Amino acid sequence: MTEAPEKYVGGGVPRKEDPALVTGRANWTDNIKLPGMLHMAVLRSPFAHARVTNLDVSAALEQPGVVAAFTADDLSDDWVAPMPCAWPVTEDIKMPDHWPLAKGEVNFMGDAVAVVIADGRYTAQDALEFIEVDYEPLDVVVDMEEAIKDDAPLVHEDLGTNSSYVWPLEVGDVDGAFEQADVVIKERYIQQRLIPNAIEPRAVVANPDPTNDGITLYTATQVPHIVRLMISAVTGIPDQRVRAVAPDVGGGFGSKLNIYAEEILATNIARRLGVPIKWVEDRSENYMATIHGRDQIQDIELAATSDGRILGMRTNLLADMGAYMQLVTPGIPVLGAFMYCGVYQFDAYSFTCTGVFTNKTPTDAYRGAGRPEAAYAIERIVDSLARELDMDPVEVRRKNFYEPFDEPTTTPAGIQYDSLNLPIVLDRVLEMANYDALREEQKRRREENDPVQIGIGLSTYTEICGLAPSQVLASLRYGAPGWESATVRMFGSGKVEVVTGTSPHGQGHVTSWSQIAADALGVTPDDVEVLHGDTATSPHGLDTYGSRSLPVGGVAVHLAAQKVQDKAKKIAAHMLEASEDDLEFEGGQFSVAGSPDQSVTIQDVAAAAFGGINIPEDMEPGLTADTFYDPPNFVFPFGAHICVVEVDTETGKTGVRDYFGVDDCGPVINPIIVDGQVHGGIAQGIAQALYEEAIYDEDGTLVTGSMVDYMIPGAPELPNYTLDRTVTPSPTNVMGVKGIGEAGTIGSPPAVINAVIDALSPFGVTHIDMPASPMRVWDAIQNARDGGEA
Amino acid sequence: MREVRVKVNGRDYVREVEPRMLLVHFLREELNLTGTMVGCNTSNCGACTVLMDGESVKSCTMFAVQADGREIQNVQGLAENGSWHPMQTAFHEQHGLQCGYCTPGMIMASVSLLKENPNPSEEEIREGLEGNYCRCTGYENIIKAVQQAAGQTG
Repeated sequence: MTEAPEKYVGGGVPRKEDPALVTGRANWTDNIKLPGMLHMAVLRSPFAHARVTNLDVSAALEQPGVVAAFTADDLSDDWVAPMPCAWPVTEDIKMPDHWPLAKGEVNFMGDAVAVVIADGRYTAQDALEFIEVDYEPLDVVVDMEEAIKDDAPLVHEDLGTNSSYVWPLEVGDVDGAFEQADVVIKERYIQQRLIPNAIEPRAVVANPDPTNDGITLYTATQVPHIVRLMISAVTGIPDQRVRAVAPDVGGGFGSKLNIYAEEILATNIARRLGVPIKWVEDRSENYMATIHGRDQIQDIELAATSDGRILGMRTNLLADMGAYMQLVTPGIPVLGAFMYCGVYQFDAYSFTCTGVFTNKTPTDAYRGAGRPEAAYAIERIVDSLARELDMDPVEVRRKNFYEPFDEPTTTPAGIQYDSLNLPIVLDRVLEMANYDALREEQKRRREENDPVQIGIGLSTYTEICGLAPSQVLASLRYGAPGWESATVRMFGSGKVEVVTGTSPHGQGHVTSWSQIAADALGVTPDDVEVLHGDTATSPHGLDTYGSRSLPVGGVAVHLAAQKVQDKAKKIAAHMLEASEDDLEFEGGQFSVAGSPDQSVTIQDVAAAAFGGINIPEDMEPGLTADTFYDPPNFVFPFGAHICVVEVDTETGKTGVRDYFGVDDCGPVINPIIVDGQVHGGIAQGIAQALYEEAIYDEDGTLVTGSMVDYMIPGAPELPNYTLDRTVTPSPTNVMGVKGIGEAGTIGSPPAVINAVIDALSPFGVTHIDMPASPMRVWDAIQNARDGGEA
Repeated sequence: MREVRVKVNGRDYVREVEPRMLLVHFLREELNLTGTMVGCNTSNCGACTVLMDGESVKSCTMFAVQADGREIQNVQGLAENGSWHPMQTAFHEQHGLQCGYCTPGMIMASVSLLKENPNPSEEEIREGLEGNYCRCTGYENIIKAVQQAAGQTG
């Protein structure tokens, strides 16, 4: 037996996940080979909008190795419903039917038209060339503002409009606030379209179960439990006969928070042919057929007094849905609605979001999902307010912060932040960055007309995460609950098994959940095994997204482990012939208070519970407990970031010189993992600010169709991150924890862009769009020099 | 079909393959060496990086037949006598991985980098790994891992 430890929560326990990953022994979906397995390849539309007037797979069937080919006509009988959208945000939302294969019309480049099944991935791919398709091109609309004009081409003729929904929110006297204001700032920001780029592409293996006509679906997903529900909903297979397994999953960032056509098709075809079917996405397919993120036009107005106090805000969004609604497409900008007021206290706020169809890949959750957009808008416009009033951006922020609080506090958006303390994170980050010295350096470079100028950008953010209270989700018309489940079992050996409904894909849940269970039960993390990602072993769960895993799923593990500890205590009291109330539990031992030699270890208790004899008479044997934990509120991590950029004003080349972040996510389970999450989050935010953009031409062709054309930052483009933390516990859950997976991505884009604008402000530049590429920066300088609109 | 004779991780293999078969698929599907994965199909992401005669190559844009007569090493051949290569240990200790999908390629590229430049500066490490994308870590801990493996304080 390993020595029972003090406490593991809060310690940098090395990750248990790593040994398989660093030695090449991980179990990726694409590794799976099953007897008799055939391969699927998907024919995709090269047009953004077209009628399919002829579709003939017969020549493909003649090709060597080809076993079958299917079109929508062939498979329609296998679909009892279209692919679901789980978040119809308004009662009158307009949504097209979305079938796994196009029925007569394609609506974006990459829309699936037909599939080939063959004995190998090369033969399947080859045979696609032999499918005959005649497309009659239809008018294309790619621009949201064009799409909502009266005479715009319609993405879906039968809906009669490209406007899917309008979602409004208004709190307080907004018009009054703007009438009273000394200053009104009005700006437009573009949230460019992004491609999530998990390095593992999607992959599926569907294995039919001949004993019950069900299916086992191995799939590179963040959400095996949701996949099981949705496979059942679309195919009609009862959900107890659907087993969804997420093997090792190579990143998701929201792009694998979905149910995709290929998962349905592989299921249908595996059952029809009676053999396993495998499909693996290549990167160019991933760019077309896996969801994109962001893509919003944000019109923002801020009302303030002449001394910099914010009075009110208006937010008006156009949000690009793409051609169809995927799992939560319409809800992403609406989730942001609650965050546009940021960390500032004022009374009047209005928000309107119009969801717009275009002939592009559907958008959906991408790391942050609605909240990076919101944080960007408020943090940009607060800087503009500072510029307008000739105030330091630090001072404008301080003037409007909430007084620190540790109990739920209502915001202008009508929700309750759980706990915030902005002054401490801001003070700390200013100190770390040596803000005054940076301003000195900036002043010097400006005076010297240095061609390389520095910019200092600030962002103070909070975000809503830990999805979520089921009641609140239901009130937002979200189609699923938000609880999480856990089971904790202690075997007769004293070893522990934790079953979680979360589904990690890089976040290190196996390590963190082991730490949580180990502390509750007085064992080591090595004594704990964590089962996840398989609906057969973990039947209840709502998976991993929205920085929910720790504040919902981790808390569930803690609660289940506490229940086990409670039962163990009863057994220990029985074994020691003592009163339960007199027992203390420390270091894996139950002892009678005041007589430490009267004790039993939890392993002794586990053996007794397994044996079923030396336990109280009215007690069931075994040491196991289940929990369904439904939190009462979201959680709201917060932080302050400072980005220092260097801009070569002669070439426009911009790079991040230093990045400072102070984040508060409450008590930390594993600081190594938390820092890693913040690093990666900031990196993805810098990527949006400076590098990445999915570009379509006017015909709806994705110009950035591979990693050759889409600028993912590598190691030379990204900085080191200087981080610190403060600890403000959340009152939402007993552990006080908040999520951290998305915080970096939410806090960083405005810090970077505010820094770029700050660097260029001597030229008169007040605005730049993302990504701030060398061309954009150079243009902004030239335009400002020419006296034009920057 | 063409015959390929190749030594992989110290073991000799002879296989008949289609001339167009990519080296990464040869490793994964013919030899079941699934520790090397495909990320991008265009040589950009480096998830498929292996060593050929000691130099790093991207196995998703090479044919298996081009490896005929050569010696290949992938991440599964790095450990010796059950002990991890110092680079594997360093990635673990510096938390240089999260989802781990880029890791086998990143580790092989890093091993190759130190072979060419045993004492690189931070900038040289960053430049040396520019052909390997990681979407999870933001790279800092990967750089520290390479520094640790190079015997520098990470």
